[in-house]
Amino acid sequence: MLIKGLTMNVDLPLIWFLIIVFGVMMYVVMDGFDLGIGILFPLVKAEHERDVMMNTVAPVWDGNETWLVLGGAALFGAFPLAYAVILDALAIPLTLMLFGLIFRGVAFEFRFKASAEKRHVWDKAFIWGSLFATFSQGVVLGAVINGIPVVNRAYAGGALDWLTPFTLFCGVGLVVAYALLGCTWLIMKTEGQLQENMQSRVKPLLLVFLLVMAAISLWTPLAHPEIADRWFTLPNILWFLPVPVLVLLVSLWMLRTVNKKSHHAPFLLTLVLIFLGYSGLGISIWPNIIPPSVTLWEAAAPPQSLSFMLVGALIIIPIILVYTFWSYYVFRGKVTHDQGYH
Amino acid sequence: MFGLDALELARIQFAFTVSFHIIFPAITIGLASFLAVLEGMWLKTKKEEYRDLYHFWSKIFAVNFGMGVVSGLVMAYQFGTNWSFFSSFAGSITGPLLTYEVLTAFFLEAGFLGVMLFGWNRVGPGLHFFATCMVALGTLMSTFWILASNSWMQTPQGFEIVNNQVVPVDWLKVIFNPSFPYRLLHMTTAAFLSSAFFVGASAAWHLLKGRDTPAMRTMLSMAMWMALIVAPIQAGIGDAHGLNTLKYQPAKIAAIEGHWENKNSEPSPLVLIGYPDMNREETRYALEIPWLGSLILTHSLNQQIPALKSFAKEDRPNSTIIFFTFRIMVGLGLLMILAGVWSLWLRHRGTLYRSRAFLHFIFWMGPSGLLALLAGWFTTEIGRQPWVVYGLLRTKDAVSGHGEMQMSISLLLFILIYCSVFGVGYPYMMRLIRKGPVAHEGLETNHGGPGQHRTPARPLSAAQESLNDADKGADNER
Repeated sequence: MLIKGLTMNVDLPLIWFLIIVFGVMMYVVMDGFDLGIGILFPLVKAEHERDVMMNTVAPVWDGNETWLVLGGAALFGAFPLAYAVILDALAIPLTLMLFGLIFRGVAFEFRFKASAEKRHVWDKAFIWGSLFATFSQGVVLGAVINGIPVVNRAYAGGALDWLTPFTLFCGVGLVVAYALLGCTWLIMKTEGQLQENMQSRVKPLLLVFLLVMAAISLWTPLAHPEIADRWFTLPNILWFLPVPVLVLLVSLWMLRTVNKKSHHAPFLLTLVLIFLGYSGLGISIWPNIIPPSVTLWEAAAPPQSLSFMLVGALIIIPIILVYTFWSYYVFRGKVTHDQGYH
Repeated sequence: MFGLDALELARIQFAFTVSFHIIFPAITIGLASFLAVLEGMWLKTKKEEYRDLYHFWSKIFAVNFGMGVVSGLVMAYQFGTNWSFFSSFAGSITGPLLTYEVLTAFFLEAGFLGVMLFGWNRVGPGLHFFATCMVALGTLMSTFWILASNSWMQTPQGFEIVNNQVVPVDWLKVIFNPSFPYRLLHMTTAAFLSSAFFVGASAAWHLLKGRDTPAMRTMLSMAMWMALIVAPIQAGIGDAHGLNTLKYQPAKIAAIEGHWENKNSEPSPLVLIGYPDMNREETRYALEIPWLGSLILTHSLNQQIPALKSFAKEDRPNSTIIFFTFRIMVGLGLLMILAGVWSLWLRHRGTLYRSRAFLHFIFWMGPSGLLALLAGWFTTEIGRQPWVVYGLLRTKDAVSGHGEMQMSISLLLFILIYCSVFGVGYPYMMRLIRKGPVAHEGLETNHGGPGQHRTPARPLSAAQESLNDADKGADNER
């Protein structure tokens, strides 16, 4: 009865779309900074500072990655067409992302167990794995903005369609974004020399990040007239206009907090920036789940599938969230060298 | 690559990644229940060997669990990247089932795994035991969902097809499809047996090295009771599963038996060994036992078993492969039964822990459970061919349209990366086993906790031993 009631009155595809968007957001926010730490690793040479960097995320990183698995599985169940088409079209960058994540995940564990002479091998695996995974995610993002041709419920493009200057630039862009997240995360979680090192890097990173964001924001409408239409017509423009303005305001605010050597504010403001970028992406593709032509309702699984899954999701996702917040709460505060969160 | 087309390469890639992956969950399922039993025995008897064994095996469990998570990540994406037509066709049924599996696994990791691995002495013994039991239950629930999904692909029901997409009509029918109960029981029991022989071989190795401690004896004894009781039960389940397959997938049975045609109304023979040749449509060099095929599969002498020639050529599974994988599985199963019976006899004579011939045999039987499990999966999955969803979607229509070049490169990379990553992980696990249980390990609280020197939080950090033998310093350093 409950399931019947749900299917009658509620827009199930929309609910699942929101759940998946939320899952991806959680993933970007949380795995973003720990991938960023891998990207920043080459900038820090001292072994004990590298230990501290890893220890700031060691207790939470695998929980962060579980959102990626949940996102994949939920997309499979709730939007099988989108799962099939997007993963088919982006098989190569997604596979590269998985390779990166495997190396990185294993490096996390084995670095602490390896002997001193072998540790550098796992350091490299951690750096390259993080870079690879992030860059691939950026390419995937760019390719989704570019759009994926669908004919007869199947991908209608080539194996290398994802490989364009725009998508590669998006890859670089995400590397910068995650590096900024990682940098401000370390400012929040560390002290002393490592923190000073990061404080000196946050301004140039922010500048590059803003340039990248501006470039993507110009490039997208220029290359995609249909997205330009969305952005620059009423009433959409009313939704869209605040985004660049807010980005500027938040960036200026962040500069002030960096100058004042705040510990927490830069990270939180970076999250706001990432969220704003994310909402710009949302405005550009809504309500399509496979841009430019397939809406989320067209790609959705039948209501029997969506309601069946929703029962489990509504019970378990809140529990996961509570647990996540609890584990961040437990590991709050600064991480120092002598306190190895391993 | 090697004259293989993109479809074959995609199949090999799936077979490779899923075979690599299944080893970890199989051991996880078995060890989780083993740990629950060990902790229960410890609480009941307060014999120290149970507690020491609990700590020893929970480290191996943790490493194993961590590697399972890493290799499982790949599986969640491969359905879409390589099998997009399967995903868009059947995703509305297999997708929700896999989502439930992921949610179950998360729930388990979120709630109870941390308490189980790091909570000894921090929570009361009752609560800790409860957490261990919940982890064991969680692994069984994950098995439930994965096998529901796989069994539905073998014997689909409870759906209709609208616009070339399956639509679930009755979820209970979808989940409890005809082959599901048999497959669930067969796989769960196989996981238990795999772990039992894994544990038994570890004990045999230590006993052969002269480490005759109560803990080692307990390990061997428990493993051998499992072999004695569960291996014959598994044979019974397998027989019932076979009859179920005969009813719903007769072509698979014909291919397993290498049986090509029935003559008049004679009972079918059993081909003991031979070489099924798909092109010549016969089993060459066959050694046959008259009537036995009918006797085993129909439990009668007046019915015949299905013959491959009665199926169109394009509907036949590859008999050459599954004829052998099936026999490997059954042969290993018989050896497990033998191990159980032998152990009972030695137990009766009081030489269970001393007979070197027996201990050598058990040591070499260590991987037998996992090999039998893999051989069984090869049999049932290749036996389902040429269908990916039986009778509904052919494998060749399910694969994404990638080129041979792309599939060759990705397969090579997967092999390279898996070998390098798990090539470190597996030897590490073996090193933990070689080290053996440490007495009184549970008396100290695990290092760390919020604000303390060391805060372990993830499965793999439950084991503190360093990666290589030579480096003893790294342990102390942390």
